Amino acid sequence: MTDSTGRTILLDGSGIRRAITRISHEILEKNKGLSDVVLIGIQSGGAHLVREISRCMEIIEGERVLTGSVDITLYRDDFKSQNPHKSVGKTDIAFSLEGKRVVLVDDVLYTGRTIRAAMDALMDYGRPTNIQLAVLIDRGHRDLPIRADYVGRNVPTSTKENVEVLFDGQQQPVEVILEK
Amino acid sequence: MEFRHKHIIALRDLSKEDIELLLATAESMREVNSRDIKKVPTLRGKTIINLFYESSTRTRTSFEIAGKRLSADTVNIAPSNSSATKGETLADTALNLLAMKPDIIVMRHAVSGSHYFLANKVNCSIINAGDGAHEHPSQGLLDMLTIKDRFGRLDGLKVAIVGDITHSRVARSNIQGLTKMGSSIYLAGPPTMMPPGVEKLGNVTVCNTMKEAIQDADVVMMLRIQQERQGKTLMPNTREYSRYFGLNPENLKLAKPEAMVMHPGPINRGVEMSSYVVDGDQSHILKQVENGVAVRMSMLYHVCGGELAE
Repeated sequence: MTDSTGRTILLDGSGIRRAITRISHEILEKNKGLSDVVLIGIQSGGAHLVREISRCMEIIEGERVLTGSVDITLYRDDFKSQNPHKSVGKTDIAFSLEGKRVVLVDDVLYTGRTIRAAMDALMDYGRPTNIQLAVLIDRGHRDLPIRADYVGRNVPTSTKENVEVLFDGQQQPVEVILEK
Repeated sequence: MEFRHKHIIALRDLSKEDIELLLATAESMREVNSRDIKKVPTLRGKTIINLFYESSTRTRTSFEIAGKRLSADTVNIAPSNSSATKGETLADTALNLLAMKPDIIVMRHAVSGSHYFLANKVNCSIINAGDGAHEHPSQGLLDMLTIKDRFGRLDGLKVAIVGDITHSRVARSNIQGLTKMGSSIYLAGPPTMMPPGVEKLGNVTVCNTMKEAIQDADVVMMLRIQQERQGKTLMPNTREYSRYFGLNPENLKLAKPEAMVMHPGPINRGVEMSSYVVDGDQSHILKQVENGVAVRMSMLYHVCGGELAE
């Protein structure tokens, strides 16, 4: 589905919902339930998705999962080329990650540099048992040896294209678009 | 919103949006300060020189900690062990330091405006940690952050500033910053310590008595009597000063019941404030110091990404 502006809708609202439901089941299956599992969303898209996944997991398991969010601005590797600096977002991890199984959540996985920065940030909050990665879209073109454990949809893209997850006013995911 | 200044020399040079951005970033930096591991790799490989021509404990330590928490390398130079005592000029000192390739120079100097002079000589960022009786921008910002924490806003507040306004760079930075953010400033102090024309700085009212200034105030900011800066003739003695311009539990009742009391430190207990007020429930003095580190992290972070405004 490509419209006149060159925008393709990769996932619509119900497609996103199904992907999130599947990812929630996969996380529960792989970790055999909720014990020691925490969801950490990368600001800002990943943090919105964490709310959706935790809601879904609560329906399945009848139990709340611990959630938090991480802002990677202070851990970026392109600090010099990012000029001038934007404001720093909020990191909100109200518990120690010591001994936790951390599921890191982001909307789009691309070069892997954001994930590298986020993992460095998480290590400053204690030593987790492991870190798993859940993304709504994997668009390829990795610069670093990073792989997602849970993927909503794999999309082959060119580096000239742009993939974006759009959220509405309530931070609910609406659709995923690909722009030329 | 982006920060487009290479230097932070005076709050007069910053817009309302710049100040809002610096305060928002400082709020995020506070989270780093509350962790077990209080360090982020952001300014790794950057060198910060703290060049303090005037003595300072709070500001210098705070800038040093702020730099270290952002992983920068910080070096302190104090007047007693620098070549200033051997007669080197500020320009020469700056050029020599510059040859060591620092990224930021944080300077405190007794001469007002010396930072503008320095900024024209060097290609690194300059942050003003206090210049003469001109400005002390990091103090102004941390005061605004502390007020914002308490009231959730800065606009529409009545802020009383009491004491030696003439010699106070803290007062000047707060007046510049707070009036931009929409607060009303009420000044009180002995006529010998009130600069002429100060009401031209914006929403500033000069009061004849301390009572008038602190009546129904949301914030009471007391200034230190700077005995090192003034001559002997500005006030008869500290006892008399304290009687007319000292803050005590009695006159604090004139302010709003939820009013907050602030002081940039170091405090002369019993002169500008009684110990009951310093240690009382309404005092936010230690919160100011705590916010100082976060505000200075925000300043260091933003000047590293800034470019010249011109």
